[in-house]
Amino acid sequence: MNVRDQSLHREQTLSFYGVPVPSRLLLGTAGYPSPAILAEAAKASGASVMTVSLRREAAGGKIGQRFLDIIKSLGVRILPNTAGCRTARDAITTAEMARELFGTDWVKLEVIANDDTLQPDVFGLVEAARVLTADGFKVFPYTTEDLSVAERLQKTGCEVIMPWAAPIGSGRGLANIAALKSLRAYFPDLKLVIDAGIGAPSHAAHAMELGYDAVLLNTAVAKAADPVRMAEAFAKAIEAGRIGCDAGLMPPRDMAVPSTPVAGTPFFDIE
Amino acid sequence: MLNAMPKIELVVNGRKSETRAQTLAGLLDERELSDAKVATALNGHFVPEAKRATTRIGAGDSVEIVSARQGG
Repeated sequence: MNVRDQSLHREQTLSFYGVPVPSRLLLGTAGYPSPAILAEAAKASGASVMTVSLRREAAGGKIGQRFLDIIKSLGVRILPNTAGCRTARDAITTAEMARELFGTDWVKLEVIANDDTLQPDVFGLVEAARVLTADGFKVFPYTTEDLSVAERLQKTGCEVIMPWAAPIGSGRGLANIAALKSLRAYFPDLKLVIDAGIGAPSHAAHAMELGYDAVLLNTAVAKAADPVRMAEAFAKAIEAGRIGCDAGLMPPRDMAVPSTPVAGTPFFDIE
Repeated sequence: MLNAMPKIELVVNGRKSETRAQTLAGLLDERELSDAKVATALNGHFVPEAKRATTRIGAGDSVEIVSARQGG
């Protein structure tokens, strides 16, 4: 299939589990300088899905309620995560608590294997995805770019898969472009979202140029000097990358090819 | 009535704790969380809101009480 054929088959409006999602930027809610800046950045990003978490209650329920009120006022769809969970069992219980608390069966499933790299425990991930899907959850698994893991996640019923670009919070960008390309080529019908490791708008644009359906990020916006403008920058980069992909990128070549026609070049002796 | 109950030791949100409550709902009440928007788990298993009143807690149990927070 060539690039143009691919573009013709792509959905114009993104949907996850049958739910239309107008924006291809999914935004996290952690680490902003203030709730007001979080709200402004969310608006500037145009994001229609935002991630949230669950933490042990302190302060008599006030902190959680205040945060919930802010998120609800944004009118976005909530995607709760199971961040920090190290076993399938913990992630499953956290997902169940999130479903009740946020009133959604969507869950960003994280099972973490290692504290330094925050890379997914793919074995626990597949196990938890199987249990949660059977229980009616719409699972968004945070995984590596490994193709065999994606295949197993798809078999559990995941319609969306979220490979990392690089470790969470690292801002390194797409660390394994070849693997991300083959994942896209191998799963044309899966919704593929780059999750984690994006540091700059150009990284997000690149992910979209590779044909990814969306990008999920947090730190790159929350920790920017001006989170609101950075949110806007990411929104534009993602849109540009998407249009670029749809328009059909030229294939790269090893050698130079003149863009100006050679025929009729002045001062060029034919004989 | 509540004060007549013996205290039990259990772990709430990772910390050793004492309570006279006999149910999960009673524990939340004791902590003034009855009206708070929280979710609960007992010994690693989710307990829905509707079952808190009938879910008994005992010595050595581990309870998680969580609420909404920022996340990525």
